[in-house]
Amino acid sequence: MSRSLLIGGLVTAAIVGMALVSLVWTPYSPTAINIAKKLQGPSLTYWLGTDAFGRDVFSMIMVGARNSILVSVVAVAVGAGIGVPLGALAAARGGMIDNFVMRLTDLAFAFPALLTAVIITAVFGPGAFNAMLAIGIFNIPVFARLTRGSSLGLWKREYVLAARCAGRGDIAITLDHVLPNIGHILIVQATIQFALAIVAEAGLSYVGLGTQPPQPSWGKMLNDAQTYIYQAPLLAVFPGLAITFAVLGLNLLGDGLRDLLDPRIRRQR
Amino acid sequence: MKRILLAAMTTTALLASAGAGFSKDTLTVGEVLEPPGLDPTAGAASAIRRVTYSNIYEGLVRIDGQGNLKPGLAESWTTSPDELTYTFKLRQNVKFHDGTPFDCAIVKFSYDRATAPDSTNAQKGLFEPIAKTECPDPSTAVVTLKRPTSTFLFGMGWGDAVMMAPGSAATNKTKPVGTGAFRFKRWVQGDRVELERNPDYWGTPAKLAGVTFRFISDPSAAAAAVLAGDIDAFPEFPAPELLERFKADNRLQVEVGTTAGKVVFVLNNARKPFDDVKVRRALAHAIDRKALVDAISSGYGALIGSHYTPVDPGYLDLNSVYPYDVAKAKALLAEAGVKPGTVMTIVLPPPAYSRRGGEIIAGMLSQVGLQVNLVPMEFAQWLDQVFKRSDYETTIIGHTEARDLDIYARDTYYFNYQNPEYKALYKAYTEAKDETQRIELLGKLQRKLSDDEPNVFLYALPKIGVWDKKVQGLWKNLPIPANDLTAASWAN
Repeated sequence: MSRSLLIGGLVTAAIVGMALVSLVWTPYSPTAINIAKKLQGPSLTYWLGTDAFGRDVFSMIMVGARNSILVSVVAVAVGAGIGVPLGALAAARGGMIDNFVMRLTDLAFAFPALLTAVIITAVFGPGAFNAMLAIGIFNIPVFARLTRGSSLGLWKREYVLAARCAGRGDIAITLDHVLPNIGHILIVQATIQFALAIVAEAGLSYVGLGTQPPQPSWGKMLNDAQTYIYQAPLLAVFPGLAITFAVLGLNLLGDGLRDLLDPRIRRQR
Repeated sequence: MKRILLAAMTTTALLASAGAGFSKDTLTVGEVLEPPGLDPTAGAASAIRRVTYSNIYEGLVRIDGQGNLKPGLAESWTTSPDELTYTFKLRQNVKFHDGTPFDCAIVKFSYDRATAPDSTNAQKGLFEPIAKTECPDPSTAVVTLKRPTSTFLFGMGWGDAVMMAPGSAATNKTKPVGTGAFRFKRWVQGDRVELERNPDYWGTPAKLAGVTFRFISDPSAAAAAVLAGDIDAFPEFPAPELLERFKADNRLQVEVGTTAGKVVFVLNNARKPFDDVKVRRALAHAIDRKALVDAISSGYGALIGSHYTPVDPGYLDLNSVYPYDVAKAKALLAEAGVKPGTVMTIVLPPPAYSRRGGEIIAGMLSQVGLQVNLVPMEFAQWLDQVFKRSDYETTIIGHTEARDLDIYARDTYYFNYQNPEYKALYKAYTEAKDETQRIELLGKLQRKLSDDEPNVFLYALPKIGVWDKKVQGLWKNLPIPANDLTAASWAN
């Protein structure tokens, strides 16, 4: 097992674990306001201190992890759920359909991803649900292209031809022969997109378009911390670290998974 | 040779830039909200007045930085003994920015327009007492009232009562034309409004050659702009927690003053359950206003118990009427039949007091069993949906107009408080003839509001100003929403 897989897996597991624990327990309610205790530094009572409204920062980070992960999981699921079938269709049919799907993805790629998400949430209203959709939508072309690109070669392989001769249809071949062979690529891509989605969610919440208060989110915490940067700089550090670790963990995990799953690399070992 | 040339060029450049620094004669002013238009007689947003009042438009009288009534386009005025007739002696040789001469016909046009049945003036109440405006000669305007109204003259000093010419009134929203010391240059929507000195001004000309208002609603972006020197003055800075940082910067001057503004948790009295006084009182008990002010504005801003601030005449301290009391709030809610877990929505316009206040109030209301949805909203949409169409449950907003107790006496207003007793009291107040009677009625009005608690009154909006130390002539206090820059200048 590679080192990046180990570290990435541990960091990701820690954050996911934190999010899961927050479902049943947090040190304090992340929305409970206690203004008498505002802007306290880290202590045994408040592990990471309190914010300007006296809310417990650690509890907010925990629930923030949950919101962040939820948005990202759904967004990646939307992206893969629509993108992979589209890409597979393009590769299987080729010709006009292929052209059409690929030009659509070109069009989607022409817009900067985060900007697209900002437009979508600005039009449909800010909120976690619309953020999921917005981030999901810009994940679609990524998965569509990747699926098409990596499965195109497979359609020329002998076993696919054999299956075809045996009278199998496009869908059956895609499910039985193509997808299993590109699964590892998709999984690696999903972890990378997952990391990007976490950054995107933080970005949207930072500008007020993602998860809405009073639900805590890392991006919103960063935004709130800004004007207190001279009084309580740690308020900006903790959500920043949370985002960094989440992204770093997922990227390492993606690297490790790629090494582990890629048949070619595996054979070299 | 080359080197000498280079040295000479550098010196010239240095001198030139130093010279530019000394002769700086324009001012960039930061504002949180962009006005929805630039016609203060056709919109309620105080952002309109913050750009235009006294700078572009002037009224017959004006209100100065101390809240005193001063002559404006009327040199002087007399009041008849029965307090029904006001005779204004108008200034001569006053011209609008487009050359239209100012005379009594303009006064008649402006007041008739405001009193017309189809008037779009946001403060129609100020003009309602006017029976007629007459012009015995071009430099005299005679305004006759239906009944003695003590608040009339002060109202004519508001931004809503400025003079407008018939030829430009319709287009003033986008291309304002007034008589003021500055004239409109351009408006880059979403970014800034630029004004330039009016060379043909009738009075003391403005010292500044130009003024740029820039609109920055994000507190941290505002702070960055001030610290970088992109903004010379931010008369109403949105993030009080940064004041200590500004005070430590010896380029900057920090001034904390008062405004006539009241930050109010507004309840739509026409919607259930806010039509029930018990619910409104419960909400008042559920909110710890002291803690709220600590968290929103670092403790700046006096607590208020009705729609009236400590700097207003005849102020009564009613802060102890609804002490913070969670048990009492719960009991009142139960009595009113509001079940725990009831969901309510607070709409939040962009100002920081509103966005932050919403989070805090949501937290406090959860303590009494109410579940709060927060809906952040852009200002233009807020003006339309909440203020104009009254389509909301609750909101948090600052009412910046001075001594605006009349809004609770209106037949239609966005929070839908309808109370005949209050209306009668307000009518008696405007008709009261002597000062002691007026003060007594002001007290009764405040008590009535506190008793009915149509809205939860939170705190008096402080004026937290920060500007370059070399800027002079800015207002410390804000008796009315304005940014009167006619006397502002740079020190050498």
